[in-house]
Amino acid sequence: MADEKKFAGYVCTGCGLGERLDAGQLETTATRDGKMQSCKQHEMLCSAEGVQMIKDDIANDGVTHVMIAACSRRAKVEAFNFTDVALTRANLREGVIWVRPDTDENSETTQEMADDYIRMACAELKSMKKPTASGEQALNKNILVVGGGVTGMTAAIEASAAGYPVHLVEKSGALGGAVAGYYKVIPTRSPYAEPAENPVPAMVKQIEEDSNITVYLNSTIAKTDGAPGRFEVEIATESGSSQTVSIGAMVQASGWKPYDANNLPEFAYGKTPDVVTNHELEALAVAANGGPIKRPSDGKEVKSVCFIQNAGQCSTKEGHLSYFSGVTDLVSIKQAMYFKELNGSDCDTTILFDNLRTPGAGGEDFYRAGQNAMVTFSKGIASEVVPGDSLSVKFEDKILNEQTEMACDLVVLATGMVANSGPDPYAQLMVDEAEDEETKAKAQAALENAPPSILNLQYRQGTDLPHLKNGFTDSHFICFPYESRRTGIYAAGPLRRPMDMQQARDDATGAALKAIQAAENAALGRAAHPRSGDLSFPSFRKEGCTQCKRCTVECPFGAINEDAEGYPMYNESRCRRCGTCMGACPVRVISFENYSVETVNQQIKNCDMPDEFDEKPRILVLACENDAYPALDQAAQAGVEINPWARVVPVRCLGSVSLSWVTDALNSGYDGIVMMGCRRDDDYQCHFVRGSAMAAERMSKVGDTLDSLNLEPERVQLYEVAITDVERAPKLINDMAETVEKIGMSPFKF
Amino acid sequence: MSELNTAMIEKYRSNFLKEVEANVEEGEWVKMCMQCGVCSGSCPLGKHWEHPPQEIFMMIRAGKREAVLSSDSMWMCTSCYNCIARCPRGLPITHIMHGLAVYSKRLGLVPQKQPTAEFSQIFWDNLMKKGRVNELKLGLSMYFKDGFGQGIKNAMANQKLGQNMMKAKRMNAMEFFGGHSVKDLSGFHKMVKKAQEIEEGNIKDFK
Repeated sequence: MADEKKFAGYVCTGCGLGERLDAGQLETTATRDGKMQSCKQHEMLCSAEGVQMIKDDIANDGVTHVMIAACSRRAKVEAFNFTDVALTRANLREGVIWVRPDTDENSETTQEMADDYIRMACAELKSMKKPTASGEQALNKNILVVGGGVTGMTAAIEASAAGYPVHLVEKSGALGGAVAGYYKVIPTRSPYAEPAENPVPAMVKQIEEDSNITVYLNSTIAKTDGAPGRFEVEIATESGSSQTVSIGAMVQASGWKPYDANNLPEFAYGKTPDVVTNHELEALAVAANGGPIKRPSDGKEVKSVCFIQNAGQCSTKEGHLSYFSGVTDLVSIKQAMYFKELNGSDCDTTILFDNLRTPGAGGEDFYRAGQNAMVTFSKGIASEVVPGDSLSVKFEDKILNEQTEMACDLVVLATGMVANSGPDPYAQLMVDEAEDEETKAKAQAALENAPPSILNLQYRQGTDLPHLKNGFTDSHFICFPYESRRTGIYAAGPLRRPMDMQQARDDATGAALKAIQAAENAALGRAAHPRSGDLSFPSFRKEGCTQCKRCTVECPFGAINEDAEGYPMYNESRCRRCGTCMGACPVRVISFENYSVETVNQQIKNCDMPDEFDEKPRILVLACENDAYPALDQAAQAGVEINPWARVVPVRCLGSVSLSWVTDALNSGYDGIVMMGCRRDDDYQCHFVRGSAMAAERMSKVGDTLDSLNLEPERVQLYEVAITDVERAPKLINDMAETVEKIGMSPFKF
Repeated sequence: MSELNTAMIEKYRSNFLKEVEANVEEGEWVKMCMQCGVCSGSCPLGKHWEHPPQEIFMMIRAGKREAVLSSDSMWMCTSCYNCIARCPRGLPITHIMHGLAVYSKRLGLVPQKQPTAEFSQIFWDNLMKKGRVNELKLGLSMYFKDGFGQGIKNAMANQKLGQNMMKAKRMNAMEFFGGHSVKDLSGFHKMVKKAQEIEEGNIKDFK
């Protein structure tokens, strides 16, 4: 009988558990309260022998559901990796004995804690199913690369070298992107002494010779349908023809645009052709054809040139870029050396800098090489360029502390990079959610000036990848720089932050490998990062659904489309299994096989609730499994005490927390609730990007619930906890215990 | 203004940095300064300098020839080597300061009555006489450099010190009469003369 469920509990007595706790009683709790059909003890469950015992039970006794009462679910994952059963873990080591003092007067509450965790784990297990791959998809190895610049070409070459066919789409008529027009590039190898040969021609040749890479020039993406493993991409050519290719995963490498220097009238840009941007200088250097660089106005050989660093960037002025493009100091050193090479060592080259930044392994060496070549570096801030036969650059010398000026034949403005992103799918949301008029006006302007779509995704949540800051495409910048909010689509290169060519190539290689991983995962029905390998998958009960669309709107990954009737349509391989949809659903119809409203509710209900006069409060802690739960584990390792009234329930993301858990917990007598999620909003650290923010928004309404129950608002707290908050996380729980002591026990204990 | 100075102005015109590279000992390092200011911050006498080293380097690049060469800043260096030890770029700053001082002296741009410059001249003259430094005479020359009356005052003020040094046989009063010389004095003079010719030649080649 394949469908028959058999529940088995296993209690470990190793790591001091046997000495601190009454294992016999734990076993009784598991079988009597937890209704495990069998329960065994082992002195070291994670040993080969212990693991074999469980394996044998699964194989011989038909055990389908396993409850392991031992260490934290984050420990010994390799040992307790039973793929054929539903599995849960009662955390008796990090959760109980390591956070409680080993004294006689504490032994009673310690045992109660352990018993509760066993009851909770058993109750959770009862409502779990074993997750299985849907098998809905086959392996599609095709990788699509959007953009044929250095980043895109690198991604294509790397993916092809790994054995994956690549479709490379380039909007213009030739591969190479911005770098194709460069005279030379910043050196990437020791001794970093002079500008290096442009690698683009060699890369183009390599791609042309690679039969595994199909190049589409003069082409754009007209439409992207589907999900990782089964994207249907319509590639349209300029001439009007189009074709549809089937794609496993994709890399977006749409690159960058130079900053519009027309915003810099103070530097006479546009007033005289002898003021050029760093981007335009490359063309002059190429046009020189090995001879001296000539100035555009009269073709005179340049004898003196001045580079103005940070022109229109790193600035709070209107129309300027607020950020620094990272590479422009290296670029100016490189270009100054063009003049030393082409116009002779007598050509005066001055770089006016305020903060010279030369990142990368060879940055400092290249700076020295520039100095050695007699490039003059002056710490000064330019204020004005006066046009004329000889240009005059007025600047403040920051070392000699004086206003001064210099004459030169040509001025080069070191302007920054602007991301070539598609339109932000959340631009409208930004307008709707703006809190003040200024923000709203800015958001409205951004919405109206949105660039044309690049990917044309047929997603309910918009056509392109979301933005992070300053128009750069989001890529979970802080924790997982390759990940985007659209599974299977990876942003690479200066699209997601300003970077130089070497960084872009490294980035492209990483993105190509992530794309390959996504295609492979999709074929196996496994989740991509951060729940890598997870087979569980959300499903919804159609009969209960009210078509409210909250799940489709709030899914951070755009995984859910809507059908004609407004019901959610899940795309398994786009889903990251965070459960934000589950937390959003007001009618609680969304669930995973092994994680649902019910599995957590059962844990909450099956914790023993002493009555009001026992003076034993209960505090429910809903801890995000990504940061807060490991922080608590580390605290336990460090021996930080946690209050004996706390019962910690790990959640996939705070975004998956259903308001009903809070309501039910308060109704069943919990005295306090502490929710711990990751940092949200700007500089977010939430592994699921928006989960923590969604939770905060939903819980802002929890006050009404508390009001209706006539409970104090202090009883429910939501915190941002980082994985490094080893001292703070336990303190937040202990603080709640103090609060409960102050305001008294909940009257809802029956 | 010396003839050499005029010649150098003519030769290098706007590019003082190149002039320093060519004529100043260790001058080729000036361009490698990255303006961090650690030298100025490390100099124990820094606050007494008109232009601390960082500024001197910047002025050289900005072509402020007069201001640098007629400054008394580089004469303030006591050769403690703090700046060299700390310079993240490894510039021989102490040596460059002495190089600038020597160059300024050669061009006749040293400020009047600059004490370090005066002492250096007295030391040199003293040394050239016998090939060895006659400490007694060196001390006396310093005492009397500002006139006889001031010299007597200085001598009286340090009377005790002089007596103690003689008692401890650190100073010999008889050195006042001639003093001892190196074994081959004429050979020493020839050697110095040759060295001077070579140095002069180096600069003259640029004319």
